[in-house]
Amino acid sequence: MSGNKGLLKSSVAKKVVMGLTGLFLITFLIVHAGVNALVFLNDGGQAYLKAASFMGTNPLIRAMEIVLVLGLLIHIIDGIMITAQNRKARPIAYHGKGASANSTWYSRSMGILGLLLLLFLIIHSAHFWIPNRSNQFATGHEIDLYERMKFIFSHIWVVGIYVGGCIALAFHLLHGFKSAFQSLGLNHSKYNPMIKTVGMLFAILCPLLFALMPISMYFGFIQ
Amino acid sequence: MSSGNMNLTLKIWRQKNASTAGKLITYQVADISPDMSFLEMIDVLNEQLIQKGEEPVAFDHDCREGICGMCSLYINGRPHGPKYGITTCQLHMRSFNHGDTIIIEPWRAKAFPVVKDLVVDRSAFDRIIAKGGFISVNTGSAKDANNIPIPKQNADEAFEAAACIGCGACVAACANGSAMLFVSAKVSQLTLLPQGKPERKERVLNMVGQMDAEGFGNCSNTGACEAECPKGISIENIARMNREFLVASLTKKEPKNSGGGAM
Amino acid sequence: MSVLDSKIPEGPLDQKWTTYRSTVPLVNPANKRNLEIVVVGSGLAGSSAAATLAEMGYKVKVFCFQDSPRRAHSIAAQGGVNAAKNYQNDGDSIFRLFYDTIKGGDYRAREANVHRLSEVSGNIIDQCVAQGVPLAREYGGLLSNRSFGGTQVQRTFYAAGQTGQQLLLGAYSALQRQIGLGNVQMFARHEMLELVTIDGVARGIIARNLITGELEKHFGHAVLLCTGGYGNVFFLSTNAMGSNVTAAWKANKKGAFFANPCYTQIHPTCIPVSGDHQSKLTLMSESLRNDGRIWVPKKKEDAEELRSGKKKPSDIAEDDRDYYLERRYPAFGNLVPRDVASRAAKERCDAGFGVNATGQAVFLDFQFNMKEKYGRAEATKKGISNPTDAQLKALGKDVVKEKYGNLFDMYKQITGVDPYEEPMQIYPAVHYTMGGLWVDYNLMTTIPGLYALGEANFSDHGANRLGASALMQGLADGYFVIPYTIGAYLSTEVSRMSAEKGKSDSIDKLKTQHPAFDAALQNTQAQIHKLLSIKGTKSVDYFHKKLGKVMWDKCGMARNAEGLKVAIKEIQAIRDEFWKEVRVTGEANELNLELEKAGRVADFLELGELMCMDALQRNESCGGHFREEYQTEEGEAQRDDAHFSFVAAWENKGNGQFELHKENLEFKAIKVAQRSYK
Repeated sequence: MSGNKGLLKSSVAKKVVMGLTGLFLITFLIVHAGVNALVFLNDGGQAYLKAASFMGTNPLIRAMEIVLVLGLLIHIIDGIMITAQNRKARPIAYHGKGASANSTWYSRSMGILGLLLLLFLIIHSAHFWIPNRSNQFATGHEIDLYERMKFIFSHIWVVGIYVGGCIALAFHLLHGFKSAFQSLGLNHSKYNPMIKTVGMLFAILCPLLFALMPISMYFGFIQ
Repeated sequence: MSSGNMNLTLKIWRQKNASTAGKLITYQVADISPDMSFLEMIDVLNEQLIQKGEEPVAFDHDCREGICGMCSLYINGRPHGPKYGITTCQLHMRSFNHGDTIIIEPWRAKAFPVVKDLVVDRSAFDRIIAKGGFISVNTGSAKDANNIPIPKQNADEAFEAAACIGCGACVAACANGSAMLFVSAKVSQLTLLPQGKPERKERVLNMVGQMDAEGFGNCSNTGACEAECPKGISIENIARMNREFLVASLTKKEPKNSGGGAM
Repeated sequence: MSVLDSKIPEGPLDQKWTTYRSTVPLVNPANKRNLEIVVVGSGLAGSSAAATLAEMGYKVKVFCFQDSPRRAHSIAAQGGVNAAKNYQNDGDSIFRLFYDTIKGGDYRAREANVHRLSEVSGNIIDQCVAQGVPLAREYGGLLSNRSFGGTQVQRTFYAAGQTGQQLLLGAYSALQRQIGLGNVQMFARHEMLELVTIDGVARGIIARNLITGELEKHFGHAVLLCTGGYGNVFFLSTNAMGSNVTAAWKANKKGAFFANPCYTQIHPTCIPVSGDHQSKLTLMSESLRNDGRIWVPKKKEDAEELRSGKKKPSDIAEDDRDYYLERRYPAFGNLVPRDVASRAAKERCDAGFGVNATGQAVFLDFQFNMKEKYGRAEATKKGISNPTDAQLKALGKDVVKEKYGNLFDMYKQITGVDPYEEPMQIYPAVHYTMGGLWVDYNLMTTIPGLYALGEANFSDHGANRLGASALMQGLADGYFVIPYTIGAYLSTEVSRMSAEKGKSDSIDKLKTQHPAFDAALQNTQAQIHKLLSIKGTKSVDYFHKKLGKVMWDKCGMARNAEGLKVAIKEIQAIRDEFWKEVRVTGEANELNLELEKAGRVADFLELGELMCMDALQRNESCGGHFREEYQTEEGEAQRDDAHFSFVAAWENKGNGQFELHKENLEFKAIKVAQRSYK
């Protein structure tokens, strides 16, 4: 089998792609969380809107947005392929249940968590990204995302969905962060503890930050 | 942990052969000594079945001292049973209690088809090794052994990877039925040693290729393999193999004419 | 009277092999491709032979009963592999290894074979290292050695307590490489059930596909039996459950003489039997004797209280302990050869000093060396001037863990006792069989074209094998001996083939179509049918256990004429009962583990009798064969060189009749002496 064909087709390559796109999506999360966190300045959304408008109009960022969507799509398709193949690899399930003794439930449920995240992402996009971009396309102007946030997050069930999405994200990251390093072969006993700690902190703090926005808005901590 | 003799309920997977469906059948065994090994407990059941004129439970086993890798039972949802770091044959009944129900199943993976009852076909592992789990050196062509000094740490790490007994518990434990730990252990052992360097690229590409062709699942780094490996093989080996694979895929030139095991 | 020609080359001992190699006929590469070799067994000898012969260009077929060639029982060898490399500069040499092996074998091995073994021992290490076998190393990157029972130099190479595993996986990967290249055809889960001979020459085998039950015919210009030893005749042994004598026994029935069947090695350091349920015994590596001291109490009262659980080992004061090996053999102490250590343990237990509930165990105690040897050395290294007892123990424990950790864990796993805290309990168990098919210098049996390698032959260990020599012999035979010696025979096959080229009914044209194959297949089928049709009331294991008990009691560590005669009668009775009462469940055309076992036990039931006959005719004690009538006043083995310096090779005349043939042993290079380890 030739090397290049191997890279595209092989199971190891799929993991590598998963890891790379995963890490790339993590960088997006960082930016996204960073921009959104500006709402906690509680300045009526001024700083936040400035940043959001920069993100929404800067040509470079807009170009990156396409890459982001592509990255997300690859991450999803790769994930579907991996999951489908994994199911085929064990046609008959076990009766005995003991997996909790050897691995965490969320590490075994990345596909399900990913699916939940995808559903959440559709809802989330329908709330903000799609209306904003279509408005931009139609009028050339962005909508007032801050006002929109306040409106969307005035319903408790929406807040519930967002908190749920953030919890799914937390568990997805809890495994995904360190897993990406492992897939890329970046495993070294000297640095593993650091990767593990950073990954855990990120997996908890980033979704927490996200979840705090709808919660704060709903309860009126942010005006 | 039990000290007195015990009675147990066993639910054992019975399957006549590869082409018929199987199911769990319930059996009772009595007066099991805590000093028995798990396999000796099944011996007792089998003796009982033979006395009744029924067919004994077929299971793989040979050395019964934890090194041949032949025994392969999935006990109460875990390969080699409830303890870490041992094979089924080393599991002793003192790990169970009077009145316990024990579910015993074969390894489950598409690449490990059931042959009969608890016996599965693991020849996929041999085929993977045949693709590159070796150093191409013919008998008689070796230099003096001390001509190649190897740092103790590398030798020890290679040894730790080489300790794999090929039992397949990693595949059985993995939620995805992946054989990455097995394959990476061999790739690691040979990569860590200077003797293995010349063939490192072909080796990793060919072995991973065969692994995929056998129908094993994809690794998703759950770490179940490492936790259940009776020899404690580390998933660091998987990371090493990922690295080796990446480098080999990106840098390996197409051979002008394929010879050796590079097909 | 002798029909045995050992074909030892002429010339001085240390030149024989070199001369032989440069004069043995060669087979040209084009002819090699037309020559098929059947290798039965995939352990060290089988895998190494198959891989090497395939590399040379022969067409090879390999058979093993396990699901993969990697599972052969060589894998369980723990301690190490000897080689006369003299890397430690402690005065080792080819001659010294040769001398130690002959002496260790109690002067009952063939000089020329042992010298050759010793000569190629170094090549084995080179070959294995080149294959990527991760043998233990020192910090400088060079190979590490340790000492082993019965020697005073450090010549044992090792890979933790898994040397056999690592060496086998090395040979296995060489074999897999040849399989991948299409030079070897592998038949796993196949068991050889019959040897096919045509005009007295080995031409192939009948093998049962253990999955489908189908009987298959396989042709070979030569057949190599690398099928290991027959220790499982005792039911309880350290052998794997599937280890059996069937291949060798079928060969014996077809005319291959069986040599020295009574030479059984009883390994001194095994975990004692815990109850009737026991299915096998587990070895604790002999290397433990480097640091463990063997003792029993001096006073019988103490032993009794240990047995009943009233006292713990730590309750016995130092002065009340009898370190009997150190007492009896001050020069070698705990490192005396296996047979000596085993008998000494039996002597103490028989005298009433055994320490476990069954009275069949002695202590192997690490406390002293843990504290005084390693603990103190570590304390000095660390500059602790007045270490406390606890400090010494903690420091020493780390060293012991590093050296033997896996063995200690295994012991704890099996017994539930922590050997860092309490001494291990050990007792001798059947471990290795020095006897086997008689072979000449070429490793060929008395059937032309049939070879026996490794433990399956008898040639190198005499009446007792030294530690770490089994791996050496298996690999020597496979990698470095057979590839040369087989040429001597196959070159004659080439001539025969070209002479018979035009004949339509030549063996090479007919191959498995030859009527001899059908006849052999029908024989095998008949035996299977017979086993299945008895439908008696007792399981195969019942008979195996019964045979094992007779063998252990009467043909085990100590034998006497009276007992052996009784044993022969008893075995005959068990055999009769077996063929009337055995119950083999299942069918012939499926995976049927009971049927497999039944066939093996049927052969053990015949071999067991021959072992007793052999032990009975050998009116002396030597190595693993200890006849109570022949011992010195101090209870040491007493050889009778004047009458028994020969190899006993038994010809199977059918119907339980055997004829003894003798190969006289001549010792020219060394002086035969009373073996002393005092």
